[in-house]
Amino acid sequence: MSELRRRLASWDTAIIGLTVIVLFVASFSVDNFGTSRNFTFMVLDLLPIILVALPMTFIIVTGEIDLSVASILGLTSSLMGWFWNHGLTIESIIPLCIVIGAVAGLINGFLITGLGLPSLAVTIGTLALYRGLAFVVLGDGAVADFPFSYTNWVTGTIGGGPVPNVLILIVVLALIFGVILHATPYGRSLYAIGANAQAAHFSGIRVARTKFWLYVASGAVCGLVGVLWTLRYSSARADNGSGLELAVVAAVLLGGVSIFGGKGSLPGVLAGVVLLTALQNALRLEDVSGQALNIVTGVLLVLSVLLPNIVNGIRGSWQRRKVRQAAALEVR
Amino acid sequence: MTQLAERPAVATATESKARTFLKTRELGIVLALAALILYTAINNPRFLSGQSIRDNLLNTAILAVMAAGQAVVVITRNIDLSVGSVLGISAFAVATLMSDHQGLPMIVAIVVGIAVGAACGLLNGVLVRYGRVPALVVTLGTLYIFRGITYQWAGGSQVNADELPRHFNSFGTGGILGVPWLVLIAVVVVGGVSLMMRNYRVGRELYAMGSSPQAAELAGIKVTRNLLGAFLLSGSLAGLAGVLFATRFGTVDASAGTGYELNVVAAVVVGGVAVFGGSGTVWGAGLGALLLTVISSALAVLDINQFWQQAIVGALIILAICADRLVAVRIARSLRKRDTHV
Repeated sequence: MSELRRRLASWDTAIIGLTVIVLFVASFSVDNFGTSRNFTFMVLDLLPIILVALPMTFIIVTGEIDLSVASILGLTSSLMGWFWNHGLTIESIIPLCIVIGAVAGLINGFLITGLGLPSLAVTIGTLALYRGLAFVVLGDGAVADFPFSYTNWVTGTIGGGPVPNVLILIVVLALIFGVILHATPYGRSLYAIGANAQAAHFSGIRVARTKFWLYVASGAVCGLVGVLWTLRYSSARADNGSGLELAVVAAVLLGGVSIFGGKGSLPGVLAGVVLLTALQNALRLEDVSGQALNIVTGVLLVLSVLLPNIVNGIRGSWQRRKVRQAAALEVR
Repeated sequence: MTQLAERPAVATATESKARTFLKTRELGIVLALAALILYTAINNPRFLSGQSIRDNLLNTAILAVMAAGQAVVVITRNIDLSVGSVLGISAFAVATLMSDHQGLPMIVAIVVGIAVGAACGLLNGVLVRYGRVPALVVTLGTLYIFRGITYQWAGGSQVNADELPRHFNSFGTGGILGVPWLVLIAVVVVGGVSLMMRNYRVGRELYAMGSSPQAAELAGIKVTRNLLGAFLLSGSLAGLAGVLFATRFGTVDASAGTGYELNVVAAVVVGGVAVFGGSGTVWGAGLGALLLTVISSALAVLDINQFWQQAIVGALIILAICADRLVAVRIARSLRKRDTHV
């Protein structure tokens, strides 16, 4: 009973419920929201945020952060264009880009775990560094003539139906990350690190090594997303995906992951991403301008941390009052 | 310290002063700046012409004003990422006001800009202190919110230089005794805030809060008041920077100052303010701003691809935190050594 009540009262359950309500209400009240065409677009909009959010969840659960994700995406997108211009085949470019993303993550990981620098400062630095390198590679030009067979696969749907091809990718990766986080000792160790890194170290968890590989994984996923982003818009540009890190962090925190580490679940994060994208999509269909949508993202980001704090504060004061009342009764 | 105490007092005083100067983090920036200017000037002597120096100082002014406020926030172990958006909203508010009311004096524009910024800063501070939300999350959120409000308000329109009153535009280029107003304002701001942080009680309290928030609270420091003050200051200075931006560039749209937060944080970190809080100086942050500006103009003079600028900023941030880490490790080691001897 108490287990059930705890579940129901938790933030992730609330956010999943809210997401379902928003989807339900929007598909009735917003014109064209529930159409299969819009569903395809929404999944394509979801794609970069959800994929980057998977490793980001792991990183934030361990109490660290990676703000350089969007810049890694931009760097791989830029390099993809550069390689294509220099005559490499697309089959060799794609794995190469993922490896380069992993190397960018490896540099983050080394600076943070090898030298013991704070992840916030390091990734603000590499945010500027990788984006700068992206511009060095491609300038402000664009490369657009990628083969149709690949760009069509990214924007296409399974058998021409409503289900986009990329949804398979999302489901597979989300399952892999979900199983690792929630059903393996490795996943539990991430929570242990986030709750108390020192205690985790003394109980035999290799804290530094674990964090290091998380950054490498994050870089590799960003490399993949850089490729997908380039193919979706059929345009390799140095400024691709700029500002995406804010949306990703917003979605992860909205999904109930604590910025201090040690708390959160992947289903919550997935709901957070869907909620954010669905709200933006619905508002855009209602002709709200793209930049004004930023207000919604910002408010949700602040509320996602503010509301649990307020709820906890109220709960805490209730408990204190109860204790005080009990004490008063005893005195009597 | 224990070794120094055994020596004659007079010699120690001068010696330790010289030593601390040689050890300061700011000296590194001064040296880097000198080397950069020397190298660029040898390649192209025009780099040291009056016009070039004036341009560099004018470009530094806006960044330095924002860096002064950011430094105070970072010293308290917080961060304010919303400054670029605050600059935007303040610049647009002031430009709209001045184009609608041509007769208003300059001082009104400055006061309005600071007030808009102060309101934004106060909101950040309240959310951080009373909402108990980490500053990173709050200011990331308000970065979005303030920018969104500006876009919603502007609705795609922009204020052009010819719509602004003449005295407003001439403020950006004019000055007194050859020193531009913008530079004068930046020097007063950086100097004033440095003085406050170095010599006044509230400044030392802010350092204490950054070194150990809990200890500061237990020591009876008015943490709430000081923290709100720090965010208020950062917001106000970003608002002031918005006015300076509008007078300098004349054309203001909703995207004014987008991405400035990165340069401001870079200036502060490069200037030797540690992101863990509790150390660094405001004038160091001002020097950091100067260094970043000189780098980008040196790139142009040396005919290097302008796109390198952002990459260099990133590399400098990382270099600076590596240097801070090195110093911290060395201090920790020397402290440990002293403990074992005693």
